[in-house]
Amino acid sequence: MENPKSKKEWIDNVWRPAVEKRKERDISFSTTSDIDIEPIYGPEDLQDSSETDDIGYPAQYPYTRGVQPTMYRGRLWTMRQYSGFASAEETNTRYRYLLDQGQTGLSMAFDLPTQTGYDSDHPIALGEVGKVGVPISHMEDMEIVFNNIDLSKVSTSMTINSTASILLAYYIAVAKKQGVPAKDLRGTVQNDLLKEYVARGTYIYPPKPSMRLITDLFEYCASETPNWNTISISGYHMREAGCTAVQEIAFTISHAIAYVEAAIAAGLEVDDFAPQLAFFFVAQSDLLEEVAKFRAARRLWAKIMVERFGSKNPKSQTLRFHTQTAGVTLTAQQVDNNVVRSTLQALSAVLGGTQSLHVNSKDEALSLPTEEAVTVSLRTQQILAHESGITNSIDPLAGSYLIENLTNQLEQEAKKYIEQIDSLGGAVVAIEQGFQQREINEAAYQMQLEIEAGSRLVVGVNAFQSKEEPPIEIFRIDPKESEKQIARLQRMKSSRDQSKVETALNNLSQVAKSDQNTMPAIIECVEALATTGEICDVLREIFGIQKEMVVF
Amino acid sequence: MSSNTPKRILIAKPGLDGHDRGAKVVARGLRDAGFEVIYTGIRQTPEMIVQAAVQEDVDAIGLSILSGAHLDLFPTIVTGLKKAGLEDVKIFAGGIIPKQDYEELEALGIKGIFGPGTSLGDIVSYVNEI
Repeated sequence: MENPKSKKEWIDNVWRPAVEKRKERDISFSTTSDIDIEPIYGPEDLQDSSETDDIGYPAQYPYTRGVQPTMYRGRLWTMRQYSGFASAEETNTRYRYLLDQGQTGLSMAFDLPTQTGYDSDHPIALGEVGKVGVPISHMEDMEIVFNNIDLSKVSTSMTINSTASILLAYYIAVAKKQGVPAKDLRGTVQNDLLKEYVARGTYIYPPKPSMRLITDLFEYCASETPNWNTISISGYHMREAGCTAVQEIAFTISHAIAYVEAAIAAGLEVDDFAPQLAFFFVAQSDLLEEVAKFRAARRLWAKIMVERFGSKNPKSQTLRFHTQTAGVTLTAQQVDNNVVRSTLQALSAVLGGTQSLHVNSKDEALSLPTEEAVTVSLRTQQILAHESGITNSIDPLAGSYLIENLTNQLEQEAKKYIEQIDSLGGAVVAIEQGFQQREINEAAYQMQLEIEAGSRLVVGVNAFQSKEEPPIEIFRIDPKESEKQIARLQRMKSSRDQSKVETALNNLSQVAKSDQNTMPAIIECVEALATTGEICDVLREIFGIQKEMVVF
Repeated sequence: MSSNTPKRILIAKPGLDGHDRGAKVVARGLRDAGFEVIYTGIRQTPEMIVQAAVQEDVDAIGLSILSGAHLDLFPTIVTGLKKAGLEDVKIFAGGIIPKQDYEELEALGIKGIFGPGTSLGDIVSYVNEI
């Protein structure tokens, strides 16, 4: 028999007879987004559905192959392990340890009271102070966190949303005390409230005033902190809550569209603020779908910025993103397996061209990670960077028939979802109607049913279980740390100049009622030693609070 | 089930964390298994949970928490339920709860603790038997 000349010939003459003799395994060969994966892909799959221009070259529109001309040959991604816990002092110690171990950027985790606008001594903060991140109630806390860390040298990413303006204000004020001008500061505030309403849940105010605070921050940073990413538009948490890869791209980009529209409506020029927009995706377990996802998201965003918003500046069109491996895939069973899972996920992020990366630690289905576990996560990144060889060439999977075909399909499917959200009236209206929430709940529930039915296997959980598992050491927060935190807050409050605090808070109240930018007034508040809770109380009174729309 | 009226189950999220995937999946799983399910939504104080239990006249409460504040918040909920005369309401829990804490929670009467990787079937049978 002659060698097959096309994919069709191979399927008909080689594959089909083989399958007739011996059946394929009885599983569904598809991605998390329910895209069917064929036994092979060939040149036909590129010609049929892709234009060569869509693949292109790195640092060239539409940026499918990456946003920088040298990528990891020039500079590796920023290795940023998300951390923060117990108290400002403990967090400072962990940050200095991570920097000493070769980490190249900081990623701040805040405790839930700080994220939801309450001081450490508020009754609602009971049991939560320092649990999932560092508590920052006032200026002094932030100064301690960055003690002996030079803010002109380090870049800092902050996972903070409702209180992003306040935390950025602390950072700018600490930098000023260190003698570092705001224009030299590098880092990111997450500042993405839309995904909080959809999935993560740390909103305070209703969407409209939230959008105003967000665009105020865009405007302020465009002139004052040009090297600061003003938002990290996040698919991560929606995917963790259950959505698929296609939905992750679509919801994230539809939120991005809403932010751009809000900023334009507030009078900003697209190319003045869009270069400072950043993104945040998960690296999940379906390796090839994830690589295609990152590439599709980059291409889709570039096209939207040009075609929809008329952007002329390439910096506005390049989707730069942070990646974190998927917390939801970590199992409490056979925890060592989590190192392998996280490594494969991290691999997809690097093959997909991420700008920075966090690798989860093996013990995080049980508690915050131990220092030992975090070190393995950082070493995972260093092994990928220095031993695997994948950093030698840019976008090394480009041209793979499967990857390019999947990239096209993900882009097309995500585009359809975005059109659907547009037709509902945009992302904000869709959220108010519970659209994204319902889609996510549905996908999460279906996935659980697949696990229950055994049609989706999770090693160590519903397959390949071990009878006896060794106990593992877990990380505990010392409750004494929160007592110290509260004592410092109360000491600070009794020794500060109360009239200065009141003047600053009154001024903020006036500004918030007007249409002036809130950032300068918030900076004045933190420098006057007003607390996170006090500032939020002023804004809660003017903006109101958002009630959860319970959808399940 | 012993009677024809389905048991009423409150699924509640104490604390400030917004991780509601597990709570919602369990709520829906129990509903699909025939129970009457009320889900509180996130960021519930112990008082709000007790109040919801009273108002909804529930047979059991499932508490889901991932922030690590369970040892601070669960005792307050248990005390509140007792004060409200609901000592018969069974409490079960899920989320990120280290094994090391099970003993303390069991002493409070929280006997069903369902960690990551639990199958819905296990939770349904637990609730069936209470």
